[in-house]
Amino acid sequence: MRHLLSVADLDRDAAVLVLDTAAEMAKTQGREIKKLPTLRGRTVVNLFFEDSTRTRISFEAAAKRLSADVINFSAKGSSVSKGESLKDTALTLQAMGADAVVVRHQASGAPHRLANAGWLDAAVLNAGDGTHQHPTQALLDAFTIRRHLRGPDVGDPDGVGADLSGLHVAIVGDVLHSRVARSNVGLLTTLGARVTLVAPPTLVPIGADRWPCEISYHLDEVLDSGPDAVMMLRVQRERMGGPGLAGAATSAGFFPSPLEYTRQYGLDARRLARLPEHAIVMHPGPMNRGLEISADAADSPRAVIVEQVANGVAVRMAVLYLLLAGDREKGTEA
Amino acid sequence: MTAAPTPGSREVLGPQEISRALIRIAHEVLERNAGAENLAVLGIPTRGLPLARRLAAVIADVEGVDAQALVGELDVTMYRDDLRRHPTRTIGATTLPAGGVDDRVVVLVDDVLFSGRTIRAAMDALADLGRPSAVQLAVLVDRGHRELPIRADYVGKNLPTSRTEKVAVRLVEVDGVDSVRIENEEGDR
Repeated sequence: MRHLLSVADLDRDAAVLVLDTAAEMAKTQGREIKKLPTLRGRTVVNLFFEDSTRTRISFEAAAKRLSADVINFSAKGSSVSKGESLKDTALTLQAMGADAVVVRHQASGAPHRLANAGWLDAAVLNAGDGTHQHPTQALLDAFTIRRHLRGPDVGDPDGVGADLSGLHVAIVGDVLHSRVARSNVGLLTTLGARVTLVAPPTLVPIGADRWPCEISYHLDEVLDSGPDAVMMLRVQRERMGGPGLAGAATSAGFFPSPLEYTRQYGLDARRLARLPEHAIVMHPGPMNRGLEISADAADSPRAVIVEQVANGVAVRMAVLYLLLAGDREKGTEA
Repeated sequence: MTAAPTPGSREVLGPQEISRALIRIAHEVLERNAGAENLAVLGIPTRGLPLARRLAAVIADVEGVDAQALVGELDVTMYRDDLRRHPTRTIGATTLPAGGVDDRVVVLVDDVLFSGRTIRAAMDALADLGRPSAVQLAVLVDRGHRELPIRADYVGKNLPTSRTEKVAVRLVEVDGVDSVRIENEEGDR
């Protein structure tokens, strides 16, 4: 593995290796001394063209726990706001000796361009590009699902060695604008899970009928079918056009009103009670409390939303380790 | 799973010799530390772990204590100094005996002592896990050619070798057979 651009870069065995490595990384995070010397002398650049709190902090924590040097670069307040091109930014990073570039960009495909244009020798990690992919989010979701739902079966608290076969995951909400949904459909099915997307017809992308998943417009029906995990997606009002974040008019025709969206597709205490006993509730964050998820559901003991954040650090440590620790010309040991 | 012996190799230890060496080391450990109190036996994966389990079993047998309470495993992958020279290594598990390693005498166990670099990594890994009162080293084979100022406290067999030779330790738990062989790398080709 030279770059991590898309979950399509991972086959089942590679995905299980990342999750198993993450399990060992997670154990080190329970120690008094959390720092490991593994990536000493390596430089990781966080290149963020789009706002992010948890992903950037998570990558920064992961790199620092492995003793890499971290340089944060956000488009605001940099020469990008003066009109610098992606190419010139990449050449600058190359000249500074970056070993890995973690990139988030509003344009789908920007990380692929960075990785393949020949501007950089560094490993490129996609931290979210447009409405395309967010592979480390899918990996941390798979890690969280495996821990909760496969751990007990295989007799290991982290479910080491197991995939997700036999599990049913419902992904609910704004699929149209969600790279999290696209990445999860790919990765969870690679790992053997069955995925059902639930969204209003206006928020299902064209071509989604060819994805390896089922599609439903009715949340209650899917909840009654007994999914093992329910992943709520954020309604991405900033990608829906319209005048701004406030008010009902901002949904720009994707749904009639926030209240109606909540009634049809929001997870509340009543719907939570319909889920099987063992089912977990997930959300990639940041949450719109009261829109796609109620406070009751978000704060219930079944919600693993805060744990997803903690697992994010372990998964990103694993990815950085697998991309940077070894001799990159020789690949991964069998 | 029994691996066929490589042509041109010779066996230096068989199952009985390995077993005798471990029993002797167990007694040396007990003698030096005046019993099994405060002892932790940590195996370095892959083949140090089964050796540590066997050593702990002998110690437990002699002293009448629980072997499980003595033994653990210490993965040193993330502390190695040669990570960049090899393909990415898979990280193994680290499990400490109940109570951790603080203020205990830790006996590190590995199959072959060669350059000493694995043991250097193990000592760094151990320092991040706690503060043992002492760290000792037990190895089944010491083949020489040290690159660091490290020596073993307990040695199953000193084996003078040349750098071109390879010492192959096989254990029942991993390879289905107990043997230590010297393989001549040139003889293989």
